[in-house]
Amino acid sequence: MRRQLAARLLKSLIVVLIVTTISFFLIRSAPGDPFSYEGPNFTPAIRAQWREQFGYNRPLPEQFARYVASVARGEFGYSHARRRPVRDALADALPRTVLLVGVSLALSFVLGIVLGVVQSTRPGSRIDRAISNVLLLFYSLPDFWFAMIMLVGFTLWLPLFPPGGIVDPVMHDYMGPWQAFADRLAHLVLPAATLTLLTSAAVARYQRSAMLDVLPMEFVQAARAKGLSERRVVWRHALRTALTPVIALLGLLLPALVGGSVFVETVFSWPGMGLLTADAIFNRDYDLVTASVVVGAVMVALGNLLADMLHGLVDPRLRD
Amino acid sequence: MLSGEQTLAGRFGTHHTVRVAGALIVLLCVVAVLAPVIAPYSPAAQLDIVALKNTPPSRAHPFGTDWFSRDVLSRVIFGARVSLSVAGLSALLSTTVGTAYGLAAGYAGGRVEQMMMHLLDALLSIPRVLLLVAVLALWQPVPLPGLVLVLGLTGWYGVSRIVRAEVRNASSREYVLAARALGASNVRVVLRHLLPNVAGPIIVATTLGVANVIVLEAGLSFLGVGAREPNASWGTIFFTGGSSPTDTWWVALFPGVAIVVTVLAFNVLGDALRDILDPRQLHSIGSRSSD
Repeated sequence: MRRQLAARLLKSLIVVLIVTTISFFLIRSAPGDPFSYEGPNFTPAIRAQWREQFGYNRPLPEQFARYVASVARGEFGYSHARRRPVRDALADALPRTVLLVGVSLALSFVLGIVLGVVQSTRPGSRIDRAISNVLLLFYSLPDFWFAMIMLVGFTLWLPLFPPGGIVDPVMHDYMGPWQAFADRLAHLVLPAATLTLLTSAAVARYQRSAMLDVLPMEFVQAARAKGLSERRVVWRHALRTALTPVIALLGLLLPALVGGSVFVETVFSWPGMGLLTADAIFNRDYDLVTASVVVGAVMVALGNLLADMLHGLVDPRLRD
Repeated sequence: MLSGEQTLAGRFGTHHTVRVAGALIVLLCVVAVLAPVIAPYSPAAQLDIVALKNTPPSRAHPFGTDWFSRDVLSRVIFGARVSLSVAGLSALLSTTVGTAYGLAAGYAGGRVEQMMMHLLDALLSIPRVLLLVAVLALWQPVPLPGLVLVLGLTGWYGVSRIVRAEVRNASSREYVLAARALGASNVRVVLRHLLPNVAGPIIVATTLGVANVIVLEAGLSFLGVGAREPNASWGTIFFTGGSSPTDTWWVALFPGVAIVVTVLAFNVLGDALRDILDPRQLHSIGSRSSD
């Protein structure tokens, strides 16, 4: 197990390096640069001066070497569009996305696993088919569109939640600690619910078929024959085995969630990594794009690592 | 487990859903082809920028009009052309590339296969949406063939995993060994013996892939980097509709419903085809909208 984790760590490191290199060269090979936007006072001479100042006129390999060296020193460069160091921009945005994606991921696995197991215990029944149909509908919804429906539905037609952002822009600073917490929670509900409902559909579909593979196995029959209650047989014995493929799904869903958060963050004005990255790309904000793509790759790598560790927890054979 | 009776009922239900979903998809294709005949207005015509701006659904404009006084119904009908053809073509491209890669990896075996699978793992861990937004935004405006190309070239990983697994499964079977013993060349073994036997899962993956790409392309167009005017897809209608869904719900609702119905049809068809063609239930994992 430990050796496996070490190998996985090494592999993740290589992947992150590859992704860094690709994003660095990809954005620089595109037409334009951070200073190519139009403005009344931007003469070609000023642009040239800025390019000189930030080294964007040097050969690409030299720029890359400088970039890697500065990242090694803990410097991620400067965001021209936001006029602040990339590190500061990331320090603001990353916790917000980790919160949103983390909460949604946890909730959607709980919801998806419960639904999948409930379905698998009554395959072909009316409730199984009803849940399957609803899940397929959610599975087919475009992220951004469902986010818009939730936004219009719960802030306009049934105004239960605030219409976006992470806190109340005016009142938050004047709130007491409990009120401030409630304010944060109220702003989290809609984006998190949107991502949860979309993701749990994938988890439940997967969990159901994993359970249907496991339930006919002999060890399940043996557990029944021992006289264990059906609930214990399903939730303790069968589910434990059927969790393995679902945990593997974690590693595959994370890139999708990181990508999907772009849409959900856009609709709910949630100033996290998705919005930051999209903005950075549109502004050709070189260092910010590279850094945020790398952060995305690291999040995915950590998710895979987490999946490996959970595998070890569920399947004792993988432990040393 | 299922009793025989339930399974039979299930099979019948499956074929029934195949027919309904298939008919819906055919209908959508007919609408797309006949768009100029069916649509009441031109999708780009700004009918009356003063009087008909942002009007809610009415008898003359069942889906309402957008910020530029364009008829939303006509835009949805013409949008079917772009959405369906982009999704269909890029899913085909993904399937072709993925099948070739999977066949090559599975048949090569050994170290080559390992290397190819490692590369695939690396590619899988790049968030597809971010990569697509980056490529499409940096080189904008990307014409439709370019959009098809980048969507297709970022969507084949899942297919090649499935194909490789199936090929590994099949390549130790007697019929393949027999073909080899008879002196068939590698190319012949792969194309004549392996490919037909992995066709089922490939068809399923392609069908689900179309659904996937429709959602993805709509999202990209919603962000303003997908299909562009005058080739508006369903996603573009939101982006160039020009106002927020809180003001003009009809501009957001109707193209959205078109997307959901179409995607649902492809997903239902894909699921049903899997039950029929691929009884071992080899699932394409992580095929949610934006993987």
